[in-house]
Amino acid sequence: MTASAPLALVEPGRGAGLLDVVRHRFLLRLIVRQEMRVRYHGSVLGLFWSYVKPAVQFGVYFFALGVFLRLNRTLEDFAVYLFSGLVLINFFGEAFANASRSIVRSAPLVKKIYLPRELFPVAATYVAAIHLLPQILVLFIGALFVGWTPSVGALFAAALGFSLVAVLVTGMGLLMAALNVYFRDVENIVDLILVVIVWLSPVLYPWSFAREQLGGGWVEQLYIANPLTIAAQLFQLAFWFPGVETDRETVGPDQLIPELFTRGIVALLVSLVLLGVGQLAFSRLESRFAQEL
Amino acid sequence: MSVAIVVDEVSKRFVLRRGRSLKEMMVLATKGRQLTDTFQALEDVSLSIEQGDAVGLLGLNGSGKSTLLKLISGVMRPDSGTVRVRGRVAGLIEVGAGLHPDLTGRENVFLNGAILGMSEADVRRHFGAIVDFSGIEPFLDTEVKFYSSGMFLRLAFSVAVHTEPDIFLIDEILSVGDEPFQAKCIERIQQLSAEGRTLVVVSHDLDTVEKVCQRGLLLAGGHKVVDGRLDEAVARLRHPT
Repeated sequence: MTASAPLALVEPGRGAGLLDVVRHRFLLRLIVRQEMRVRYHGSVLGLFWSYVKPAVQFGVYFFALGVFLRLNRTLEDFAVYLFSGLVLINFFGEAFANASRSIVRSAPLVKKIYLPRELFPVAATYVAAIHLLPQILVLFIGALFVGWTPSVGALFAAALGFSLVAVLVTGMGLLMAALNVYFRDVENIVDLILVVIVWLSPVLYPWSFAREQLGGGWVEQLYIANPLTIAAQLFQLAFWFPGVETDRETVGPDQLIPELFTRGIVALLVSLVLLGVGQLAFSRLESRFAQEL
Repeated sequence: MSVAIVVDEVSKRFVLRRGRSLKEMMVLATKGRQLTDTFQALEDVSLSIEQGDAVGLLGLNGSGKSTLLKLISGVMRPDSGTVRVRGRVAGLIEVGAGLHPDLTGRENVFLNGAILGMSEADVRRHFGAIVDFSGIEPFLDTEVKFYSSGMFLRLAFSVAVHTEPDIFLIDEILSVGDEPFQAKCIERIQQLSAEGRTLVVVSHDLDTVEKVCQRGLLLAGGHKVVDGRLDEAVARLRHPT
């Protein structure tokens, strides 16, 4: 190859993975916009549905757990506690479910035109993040209402919790999306995981309840090693804890797992490794997407 | 002139699974049937295409033409051998694959343009030309699902021919629209060829291929049979020895 040749001979269909997604920002934006348009297509309320669904879900849990099971007497500001964990778990759930299905749903495109396939799971996560935004706004207002004052520490905790989940779900989404091409069982497994996951983190109940039952040992270690537990607790630390900190009667520091920030950073690093693993598996499996779909 | 496409001893085999579920596999196994079938789509195909060449890829159904195009575009990868290309490849493997029925014509021009590798600036620069070429201006803000099939194809084709790729793959789409539009398409493709872009055209419409291509490649049963002037390939296709 002479230096004067402007372009090299390359093998087509070998992408640079997530780096290609960055290079195709324009296309990513259009795919996200298309997803949003299609999702609310022909509906009167449109994007407003992304407020209605979590609101109803929140209402159900609040009455069932807070009022009937009296958790709002155990936990000060139970509503804020509940909502701060729930929005993050919902973000994970929506992104995970849609990312896992994304390649199969885009089959006509994947089969006929080559483009970086990572775009589809990433777009699914992006859309879920767009839906998370107004919910965080509601959370903000709710927390302010019960006497929360924003602080640098709180905002850092929230940012760490969000990035942790975003990285984690992108990695797992890539892996599941690729596997789903070969075995459609994967989307059912993903749905199953989502049913369990809400209860595996202290979101609907206080952490102290779980700790009492788990009784130390490796089960408890496993429970608090769950990155979603750490992320949910980071959100609770950010939005709920500052408002109740002074009230040592009903709550205390024992409603948060110890060394939360350190655990958060470790979980973020682990999630980055998982993202690498997901990308690697995706690249391996990608070569046969077009013929398997 | 340098080479644009090098295909080196490429083979591609498809494994057709009869059943994927446990139940189906059990039934097939108890009947003593094989669980999979294989189909050799391409076997040991080598060829090289120079920059600016216009090649007609001919062959009967199932001869491996579309598979070869998919390998060149990168949608699929060969089982053995290598495919290498120079520059940006845009394929019209199937017209309208990148069009979304729920979006308007205008939105689809952007989306489909981006899918075919155009940047935002590219799309904006060519937007007028694309719309003019398609002749669907009055329906630009209508959702594509309300388009007639002709309008749909015209829009898709217009976007595709304005993407300015270095290598342009065309699969069975020269029969788009009515006669005047077809003539316009062929004219545009000839123009792309004259600009020095590489063309690989698959079509069963031999008259159309003859208008665009000089070189012919004939595939049969996954093998390369003729690689030469287009009329040789056409003659062999019509009268296999």
